[in-house]
Amino acid sequence: MTSLPKTPPAKRLGLVIDLDTCVGCHACAVNCKEWNTGGYPAPLSDPDPYGAAPEGVWLNRIHGFEATPESGDGRTVHFPKSCLHCQDAPCVTVCPTGASYKREEDGIVLVREDLCIGCKLCSWACPYGAREYDGMTGVMKKCTLCIDRIYNDNLDEVDRVPACVSTCPASARHFGDFNDPDSNVSRLTAEREGMDLMPELGCQPTNKYLPPRPRRTESATAELPTAEGGFLGWVDKLLSR
Amino acid sequence: MSRVPIDLSPPVSDTVKTTTCYMCACRCGIRVHLKDGQVRYIEGNRAHPVNKGVLCAKGSAGIMQHYSPARLSKPLKRVGERGSGRFEAIEWDEALALATGWLGAIRERDPKQLAFFTGRDQSQALTGWWASQFGTPNYAAHGGFCSVNMAAGGIYTIGGSFWEFGEPDWEHAEYFMMFGVAEDHDSNPIKAGLAKLKARGAKIVAVNPVRTGYGAIADEWLGVTPGGDGLLILSLCHELLRAGRVDLEWMLDYSNAGWLVLDEDGLFARDGDGKPLCWDRATNSARPAAGSEVQPAPKGRFTLPDGRTARPSFEIMAERYADARYAPDAVAERAGVSAATIRRIAAELAAAAFDSDLAIEQPWTDTHGRKHERMVGRPVSIHAMRGISAHVNGFHTCRALHLLQMLLGAVDRPGSYRYKPPFPRPAPPGPKPAGRPDQIAPGQPMPGPPLGFTAGPEDLILADDGAPQRIDHAFSWEAPVSAHGMMHTVIGNAVRGDPYRIDTLFMYMANMAWNSAMNSAETIDMLTAKDDDGGYKIPHIIYSDAYFSEMVAYADLILPDTTYLERWDCISLLDRPISDADGVADAIRQPIATPDRDVRPFQDVLIEIGARLGLPGLVDDEGQARYPNGYADYLVGHERKPGVGSLAGWRGHDGSKQGVGAPNPKQLEAYTENDCHWRLELAPNQRYYRYANQAYLDWSAALGFIDHAERITLQLYSEPMQRFRRAAEGHGEIQPPEHLRQRVKDYFDPLPIWYAPFEDAGAGDDFPLHAVTQRPMAMYHAWGSQNAWLRQIHAANRLYMSRKLAAKLDIADDDWVWVESRKGQVKAQARLMDGVNDHTVWTWNAIGKRAGAWNLGEGAPESTKGFLLNHLIDDLQSGTSYANADPVTGQAAWYDLRVRVRKAGVTEQGTSAPQFATLQRPPGMAPAPDTLQYGKPKTGAVT
Repeated sequence: MTSLPKTPPAKRLGLVIDLDTCVGCHACAVNCKEWNTGGYPAPLSDPDPYGAAPEGVWLNRIHGFEATPESGDGRTVHFPKSCLHCQDAPCVTVCPTGASYKREEDGIVLVREDLCIGCKLCSWACPYGAREYDGMTGVMKKCTLCIDRIYNDNLDEVDRVPACVSTCPASARHFGDFNDPDSNVSRLTAEREGMDLMPELGCQPTNKYLPPRPRRTESATAELPTAEGGFLGWVDKLLSR
Repeated sequence: MSRVPIDLSPPVSDTVKTTTCYMCACRCGIRVHLKDGQVRYIEGNRAHPVNKGVLCAKGSAGIMQHYSPARLSKPLKRVGERGSGRFEAIEWDEALALATGWLGAIRERDPKQLAFFTGRDQSQALTGWWASQFGTPNYAAHGGFCSVNMAAGGIYTIGGSFWEFGEPDWEHAEYFMMFGVAEDHDSNPIKAGLAKLKARGAKIVAVNPVRTGYGAIADEWLGVTPGGDGLLILSLCHELLRAGRVDLEWMLDYSNAGWLVLDEDGLFARDGDGKPLCWDRATNSARPAAGSEVQPAPKGRFTLPDGRTARPSFEIMAERYADARYAPDAVAERAGVSAATIRRIAAELAAAAFDSDLAIEQPWTDTHGRKHERMVGRPVSIHAMRGISAHVNGFHTCRALHLLQMLLGAVDRPGSYRYKPPFPRPAPPGPKPAGRPDQIAPGQPMPGPPLGFTAGPEDLILADDGAPQRIDHAFSWEAPVSAHGMMHTVIGNAVRGDPYRIDTLFMYMANMAWNSAMNSAETIDMLTAKDDDGGYKIPHIIYSDAYFSEMVAYADLILPDTTYLERWDCISLLDRPISDADGVADAIRQPIATPDRDVRPFQDVLIEIGARLGLPGLVDDEGQARYPNGYADYLVGHERKPGVGSLAGWRGHDGSKQGVGAPNPKQLEAYTENDCHWRLELAPNQRYYRYANQAYLDWSAALGFIDHAERITLQLYSEPMQRFRRAAEGHGEIQPPEHLRQRVKDYFDPLPIWYAPFEDAGAGDDFPLHAVTQRPMAMYHAWGSQNAWLRQIHAANRLYMSRKLAAKLDIADDDWVWVESRKGQVKAQARLMDGVNDHTVWTWNAIGKRAGAWNLGEGAPESTKGFLLNHLIDDLQSGTSYANADPVTGQAAWYDLRVRVRKAGVTEQGTSAPQFATLQRPPGMAPAPDTLQYGKPKTGAVT
């Protein structure tokens, strides 16, 4: 068993993901892969990169599905998923070695690869399926919120955000401190009614998802009235204005 | 637990270099981080006008493209039969001598025996010019099977077009319609723009048979039936006209709506100086329409001083679309959109355009010298791409879209479609194509470019007997306005000898033996077809590519290209610019890495071959190479006309000139110091109404984009179309041959028309379904499949269909099915969904790969489960010898495909069909690695 921080972390860093503008382009997933395969959790192995089963390690994956109600219009939803950095993280408490831990400073959930024995208990415990076992290195990998970017003095301040946030073409990803009520993520969550993923499980995920905005289907007039004056009669009226 | 020490500030890279992405045609600015001599990370460049710092999945996967195991490594000479894959690695000297030998002989004999075609290339300003210097008219890039309908439809109508020559006003649009936009083009700006629209609460309507990607986040999805978009659009026009919700004053001011069309010939009435006339309501007389005081009448029949009668084009247009055949009830079934929805969308468009109080408080002056206090908005933006383009009716459908924009007054006004400089240009602009028989001579260059814009029969490129003169039949009566050429016809025509045989096919980045041909299997047969004497019907094939694509096996000589991170390159205003609506921009690529293989940039090679051949422009007066350092020299030193070259920034001896100026030897340095791009922003008074905005037009002329700072009149009524039609009606010296007369008469209507795709005829019960492809956002054409990361996202494509259709066909998710067309059959695995038109099946484009190609291993899903729809598409129109293409522009009609689908048998499960023999790796190419741990620390192993 591994303990969570005794006192809640001072900062609560995480992501807001906007399902209203996510077009499912995979930009975040691939930029995450390229940053992290050479970053803190390096490498993110690809055991069969050019063969019959190309399935490697990704810390962020995009799921697409359709929702079709009994009546009314259906919709296609793109749903990016990575570690949600839960406050009550079952992947931490289940860890037998202390490898899986939640940082006291900012609440980020990380894996100490030197302590990880690859038992995969954490991936069984995570209800979101957000952990990625790297069979080639024998250890568990996961989203680090780009811990080697967000505090990195070698980067311009504007770049000190996770790679997925920095690269998202649709501005669907936001990074910040949920403990700060004035942060962009807190404001977005309040304004757009940001949601927890499966709150009933009690994990208290940090990341929030913004639901799609209501669709604009209203119409001022369902049909244009025929212009007075018959065919092109309206032209005279227009020109005499 | 206690705090764990972590290095929070590791050095990211040793150096960062900027360049331009080439993972698709979007051309974003990138920052490439290098560490220990390797590419560590590629990110978007915040300072770049295209992507402003973001980067898509493809761009981020550039590392894997750069290090792909499918990279070619040395020139190759074929030693076995074509297609056998047996090659011998040779030195560059031998390769260049071979190429020069073949080409030199052709040039001295008959230059048009060289067919030089490039694929999704971005150096057409060089390649087209090179073809002219060589003296062959047989040149084009891939536009003919991509989106020439979008380009021509726009350029002939509004003097600009969607995507590269225009964009929605993302900042002000309140209503946005996307037509047939697959999930790219232009990739990042659209995503960023959609997010802006969503944040502002603008309404987004996606018109597409499939609801994916951008369409997924639209407020409304109209699942149009393929080929029916034109009906939907013209029905919207019908509704606006019925209600009189039309921006009449604006149209009379800025389009040719008020120009008089003669009853006798359908051409514009003109005065003695050739100036088009209108009927001036103020003086009740015919006067030049361009005059500043005239008040053009939009309706009526008027008698000119010479007794001829004429009507304003507006009235002819209004009469046409007021007809009941364009009423929503009449079009709903074929369009695939209900009549009530069409009526409602028309009402919404009218409300958005005319009830908005959007205006930018910015004075501006028009070309008549009239001062306007503000720029009045019409916040309806429209964007369209290949989905409406790749049909035989695509040109007219695109014209219809521009008509809709004009009725709404929504062209280059706040909130509407906006031009990107150097557009607008006159509709159509110069220059004309060269290549007539009198312009081709042994050992001589052509006097003009091989591609251009025809405005009437006299501009066609015809043989002396009126038959096609070009190998691709471009600019012939089969496709008189084929402004981008017709690459999709070249191989078939060359093999059939129609109109003649060629000696050498020289191609760059065009995977014609696979997904870049309409009928891939047949094309393979044609590439290997022999004459009775045992020689190949296409005697020589030279191919340049950086990668082991399917096409490699079918060439005789391979000139291996570099990756996009290993060369100088240019995104030129002379070709396909990267401007945005508020500024003009161009860019370069600079070498980030040195090739570790014996490869050379294609553009360098082309310039060297040109010098070896002694082509004018490529050698100096002494016959020495003019650009000894290749493309980098050319980019700086070449002048298209005095002061105008490949790059517009930092011209003049000291780099102080923009647009026009003497070559600057330090120009490339200036670009690299400025993140590899140049952008000049427009002043606030130059940003809208640019067809008649004097300040803008002065600027445009000063920069050399247009010849004269004169008003550009939008062409509601297209006189060039009517000129071609007149010829078909028996007028003039140049007339179509009898077998094409009716076709030209039918399809060269000066106003947009809709006609059923030719493939619809006879499809009926046999092939009741439409079949189209889209490309996924994370993959672009063939290049992606060798990419270790991108192929983890898309390794095999499915055949998608609606649940309703599947139920009717008794097909379940994951079932294997046969898809059959009049041309052939393919086997694929089905995936059911809801967001697709019930009469349409679709799949991702170019995911399917031939076994062995791209250095993929045995059992790669791309070949075992992936498939191409291409095998089902005929390259010829049924029962004819004409291309399966738009009769106006020659645009390949991929999306007209009709099919039927049936369940595969129990013994036919598990593998896609057709399957082809596995391609063998060329010499020098190692097997792809079994595993990959890119970025694994070299020291201090991961613990």
